[in-house]
Amino acid sequence: MSYILVCVKQVPDTSEVRLDSETNSLIRSGVTNIVNPYDTYALEAAARIRDGNPDIKIAALSMGPAQAEDALKNCVAIAADSAYLVSDPAFAGSDTYATSYILSCAVRRIEKTEGQCLAIFCGKQAIDGDTAQIGPALAERLGIPQVTSVLEAELVDGGFNVLQEDKAAKRRLFIQQKCLLTFTKPAFEPRQATLKRRMAAGRCSIEKFDKSLLPEIKTDRVGIKGSPTSVVKVFTPAYRGKCEIISCKPDVSAKSLLDRLRERSLIDGGKNEIH
Amino acid sequence: MKSTNKDLWVIVELDEEGNAQETGLQLLNPGRSLADECSGELTAVIVGCNTEKAVNTVSEFGADRIIVVDSPMYQEYSTDAYVDVLYHLASKYRPDVFLIGATSKGRDFAPRLSCRLDTGLTADCTALRYNLETDCIEWTRPALGGNIMATIVCKERRPQMGTVRPGVYKKIRHSGKAQVIREDYAAALPERVKLIETIREIKQEIADFDNVKIIVSGGRGLGDRDGFELIRKLADTLGGAVGASRAAVDAGWISHSHQIGQTGNIVSPKLYIACGISGSVQHVAGISGAECIVAINNDKDAPIFKIADFGIVGDLYEVIPEMIRELEKIE
Repeated sequence: MSYILVCVKQVPDTSEVRLDSETNSLIRSGVTNIVNPYDTYALEAAARIRDGNPDIKIAALSMGPAQAEDALKNCVAIAADSAYLVSDPAFAGSDTYATSYILSCAVRRIEKTEGQCLAIFCGKQAIDGDTAQIGPALAERLGIPQVTSVLEAELVDGGFNVLQEDKAAKRRLFIQQKCLLTFTKPAFEPRQATLKRRMAAGRCSIEKFDKSLLPEIKTDRVGIKGSPTSVVKVFTPAYRGKCEIISCKPDVSAKSLLDRLRERSLIDGGKNEIH
Repeated sequence: MKSTNKDLWVIVELDEEGNAQETGLQLLNPGRSLADECSGELTAVIVGCNTEKAVNTVSEFGADRIIVVDSPMYQEYSTDAYVDVLYHLASKYRPDVFLIGATSKGRDFAPRLSCRLDTGLTADCTALRYNLETDCIEWTRPALGGNIMATIVCKERRPQMGTVRPGVYKKIRHSGKAQVIREDYAAALPERVKLIETIREIKQEIADFDNVKIIVSGGRGLGDRDGFELIRKLADTLGGAVGASRAAVDAGWISHSHQIGQTGNIVSPKLYIACGISGSVQHVAGISGAECIVAINNDKDAPIFKIADFGIVGDLYEVIPEMIRELEKIE
């Protein structure tokens, strides 16, 4: 069976996170968990490939606490055929180095029973951590090639033709199977879950891997202890000074704003050279 | 891998014509200060083709030495080749610290390189500090959409690696001459990724916010696509770039490459002017690194005013033309 493995992360919906302006701390209560938006682009890319190649299956893989099962069910409701959750208290606190190690062990475990996958699709980054490291790190650990920031992927003989977004230009690349692609926001909206699929997702069973089911994992390489990097401090960014509101007639407002920007050397006559 | 000396490396990317890219030159500035603080040496690393120009440029920005690998095989960026050659150099010289620009290429190869070197990597940093007591770099970066900042260290493994956001540091010229070391190395090229074509779009269509000092952005409050003509005119007058909120991009008024915010570009200009943008958390996450934020909005309760330094409550279609008129008067 040929299949594409899509890696997803459950994240807090950061667009719902609000700042308490009194304490300048995060208001997290009531914030819902969602599938990382970039991962939904990866899932959509896999679903588009399956649209044209119905014999290809999609398997979703996530690592996280037990409730990450909701994110996987969501993926099944949208497009995935099966789902795997990697979850163990020993994995908590893993940095990207340790997480990519655990995921690589999980991929090998899945491939042992399901056979080699065609490719691994990931979101470019997760919106909570924003590191964009897991995709390339996982590709390195599996020894497979990668293309990051992909907009579109098409299955071709022996690999994929992909369109990569870059600052100055877009690049069309061929990448051979097996490979890892990370996806960025495409021009189209990802498909939504259908009612029929949602009901099926409710019934589907998600295969779970804890430490005991991934025996090759070395305990000293996971969790907080197995992570080369550690967080020593977390703080809220320095609060900006109170906003100075200018509300006069448009011409007066415009002039007084520009005067203030010039005082702070933020603008000059008009040209903006870097030196 | 334990380091044998205090050697700080800055990777300076080149473009296909062999020009040293701004972000790498900027990173030589914190690289220089960190090297001085730990009595170490600053090394700039250049991998490319026809590197003469870049070597001359880089030598003006404070490096003690420059390691150069020059070969036609490095003209086009390739993840595999870049990781291979940098791994080779790191294994040979065993640097203590790697500073890499958080550019699209830097973010592409750095995670692979750090895994191959069996060490930690901190992504997208906005501040760096050397802690003499612990002998560690303290890497500070935003997380949760810029709502919190985290300081991260890599205690034991070496090299300590981090990517740093473009535009956070200014490049600074230094006198003195860098020693140039040329290394011949042919990267193993497994031919598993092939470039088919490069599609260059019309210049105005692709936004590049790295190292831009002024950004003028438009949002839903513009009302329609034509509003971006006014935004562009103000940006041109100020010598800045055009940005957009997700709402404006989703409405189809401007391409996604212009989007500022969590699922778009994360920017750190000196001056950010938000026009007709309400200021959702997802948008604000992309601009928290700006030195000064100006908001122009007709809704006095818009959240953007909470994070702005200066705000004009008014109709952007009345205010912006006045700003342009005033700026043109000065010129």
